[in-house]
Amino acid sequence: MNINLTLFAQMIAFAVFVGFCMKYVWPPIVNALAERKTKIAEGLAAAERGHQEKALGEQRALELMKDAKAAAAEIVGQAQKRATEIVEEAKGDARAEGGRLVASAQAEIDRETNRAREELRERVASLAVAAAEKILQKEIDVAAHRSLVDSFAKQL
Amino acid sequence: MSSSEALTSQGYIQHHLTNLTLGVHPEHGFGFAHSSAEAAEMGFWAINIDTMFFSILLGALFIWFFRGVAERITAGVPGTAQNFVEWIVDFVEENVRGSFSARNPMVAPLALTIFAWVFMMNLMDLLPVDLLPYLFGQFMAVFGADPHHVFLRVVPTTDPNATFGMALMVFFLVLYYSVKMKGVGGFLGELTLQPFGKWGMPANLLLEGISLLSKPLSLALRLFGNMYAGEMIFILIALLYGGGVVLNMTGGLLQFVWAVFHILIITLQAFIFMVLTIVYLDMAHQEHH
Repeated sequence: MNINLTLFAQMIAFAVFVGFCMKYVWPPIVNALAERKTKIAEGLAAAERGHQEKALGEQRALELMKDAKAAAAEIVGQAQKRATEIVEEAKGDARAEGGRLVASAQAEIDRETNRAREELRERVASLAVAAAEKILQKEIDVAAHRSLVDSFAKQL
Repeated sequence: MSSSEALTSQGYIQHHLTNLTLGVHPEHGFGFAHSSAEAAEMGFWAINIDTMFFSILLGALFIWFFRGVAERITAGVPGTAQNFVEWIVDFVEENVRGSFSARNPMVAPLALTIFAWVFMMNLMDLLPVDLLPYLFGQFMAVFGADPHHVFLRVVPTTDPNATFGMALMVFFLVLYYSVKMKGVGGFLGELTLQPFGKWGMPANLLLEGISLLSKPLSLALRLFGNMYAGEMIFILIALLYGGGVVLNMTGGLLQFVWAVFHILIITLQAFIFMVLTIVYLDMAHQEHH
């Protein structure tokens, strides 16, 4: 427990340790701590920015959605209008076509009817002549009674 | 208690309080001191091998561990060792930032070295008092030395050489920065021109001189006194062993309790040494008004 040379040796050892610590130990550790601090600060700032951007994006998305909905509604309205137009057109076409068909069918019917009437008239005339031949049981002059038979056939 | 027992107790305590001193004895020549009296007779030109060995070992351990972490340090996710080191560095830096207002890149590393080194040297006190001295005595006995004359003190901070060594370095730093910051005139003026003005110069010098010199003294003696007393109590507790079952158990209990309390003391002393160093250096950097 005497003060001796150890005192100086301890002073030197202390100075060496402090010097070493100051040169090789302290700076890298403190630098790393500072670097991490800035990193964390940057990260927080980025997160903050991200939040803001997200909010902006959400707002923008809402706007876009609103626009899209409006556009869609417009398109649907136009489509409906067009559809009713088409339906109306189709109805008109159909009606015209139907009319045309009916008219042509009517014409056909009229034609057929006339033809049948003509044929019937022919048949009735010959039938009437045959019937008259049978009734009279005698030869009649076809030429003499032609006008009579024809007037009879015309009454049918 | 018989006189022979008293002698062994005294001898035991004496043995534990003697350093392993290497030097030139006026009669026995160069070699290790065989008693505390011989160590004292060697005068100034002797060296305490045990203090040097343990303090340098622990200092190197501190530097090695911290340097190892500093080399592989990353600003990303820290590992366990890095976490531990960062915790201590953060703690020291916070103290420096709180107490030291000037800018000096040396103060924080200095404070870290003091805190870590003093703490580790103090920590040696928690080893059982007889463990290393006994092993060392047995080891030296292999080389023919008498174990009773082989001394070993494992706690460097119970050697005033170690505490005064650090305190004197701090004192020199205080003087250096006082002169650097204020100039020679400013520093001398601070010593002589206050608090009583220039007509009270002798009184000023006396007061300021005492307050200046008390800095290294209080630093060194506080640490030394605390650790010396703590070690002494461990030694006294160790005296209880070998006195029967009751005394053994009492001794064991006391040693445990004192060791637990001592954990607080060794940390506190390391912390106080560090904080006072920071404060003294801060005062050296400040202009007095």
